Amino acid sequence: MITKRIIPCLDVKNGRVVKGVNFQGLSDVSSPVELGKYYGERGADELVFYDITASAEGRALFTDILKEVASTIFIPLTVGGGINTLNDFDRVLKCGADKVSVNSGAIKDPNLIYEAAKRYGDQCVVLSVDAKRVNGEFRVFAKGGREDTGMNALEWIKRGVDNGAGEIVLNSIDTDGVKGGFDLAMLGAVTRLVSVPVIASGGAGRAEDFVTLFKELPKVDAGLAASIFHFGEVKIEELKKILKENGISVRL
Amino acid sequence: MVAIVDYGVGNLFSLVSSLRALGVDAVVSGDKETLIRAEKIILPGVGAFGDAAEKLFSSGLAETLQAEAKKGKPLLGICLGMQLLFDRSYEYGEHKGLGLIEGSIRPIEEVIPSSLKIPHIGWNALHFKGNSPIFKYLKEGDYVYFVHSYYGAGCEKSVIATAEYGAFLTAAVQNGNVYGCQFHPEKSGEVGLKILKAFCELEEKKE
Repeated sequence: MITKRIIPCLDVKNGRVVKGVNFQGLSDVSSPVELGKYYGERGADELVFYDITASAEGRALFTDILKEVASTIFIPLTVGGGINTLNDFDRVLKCGADKVSVNSGAIKDPNLIYEAAKRYGDQCVVLSVDAKRVNGEFRVFAKGGREDTGMNALEWIKRGVDNGAGEIVLNSIDTDGVKGGFDLAMLGAVTRLVSVPVIASGGAGRAEDFVTLFKELPKVDAGLAASIFHFGEVKIEELKKILKENGISVRL
Repeated sequence: MVAIVDYGVGNLFSLVSSLRALGVDAVVSGDKETLIRAEKIILPGVGAFGDAAEKLFSSGLAETLQAEAKKGKPLLGICLGMQLLFDRSYEYGEHKGLGLIEGSIRPIEEVIPSSLKIPHIGWNALHFKGNSPIFKYLKEGDYVYFVHSYYGAGCEKSVIATAEYGAFLTAAVQNGNVYGCQFHPEKSGEVGLKILKAFCELEEKKE
């Protein structure tokens, strides 16, 4: 049986993990390598590194760090942030990324998904979507959730999958940061629409939210979160134990 | 020295890094002499079977791999590299493989329920058949990372592990000194490293 995946997401700026982290036994809590290793050893099934640097220097620093992470941690790595061209795909894949996540880059150039999937395979292209309810529909937001693109999220996701996106990360802006649970209505709409893996993001506050996610929506493949893992509110090893106790298949 | 075959297919960064993490002297090379000098050979690969097979045969690397395998040198194919060891593949047409493992590569949609997603992607448990030396550090049910849409069929004699995904899919094969893993040991955490370690510890069969 394939297992449900638990994925911590690390935002990296100028080579450091943003958001304060407080873990015992970690010498350098904002080192992406240290933190990635920490999660890897505690059962993370995959890691997502998001480059939120704007400068060229920061970008180069990010790829150096990515190389170090990929030389130390041998689980699947997804990289996102600042992916606008095939050269960006190439840059991060050469440094050890397995999958590349596109968001704004695909909105600016919808051909990017098709071209990347053709060159690197569907399994390599992850379409990340920030969506929010506006006038009774799910809308795609750009620029880290600040700008309404006017596009219908379900249509956008369908188109992305048709163009070759092999996986969808759906981040609900409506539930993000609220810690009241994942956006089951939005996720359900997407899992009914596409047959590629769907990764839920936004809203997890406690382990039970993951249990509810996988019980209510068995077609969701993975749960992604950042701060609840970074702050130790939910510990991955405990989370996976709770999932297993609830009859959900996980890698322990 | 372990040679990783470089024939312009796939991303070798993680494989090289994981071997180096094990302290193994690993060399990435597309040079026949290097493959002949190596104590072991790993054939990686991601992408389409047809293109990859064409690259192996047109460069003459296919003959080198076949000859080295015949000599008894341990050879490990990973993912598409495992599939290339088979007689043939039916991925977009029909393509000839290296013929080191009896059987063919077929779409997994032929054997799994249509409700399951393709590719088979994620962590899945290994179920062993027999006692292959490359799994000597593993235990039944250990998890490894898969990404594939095609599987090894008609290879019952060689199957050393399966994974259940609506059907028992070929997860690993062995024919003497020739080994293949459908999953990615270089992406399977500690379990994957243990498989690579066991492979690197194999003795070359002396004639």
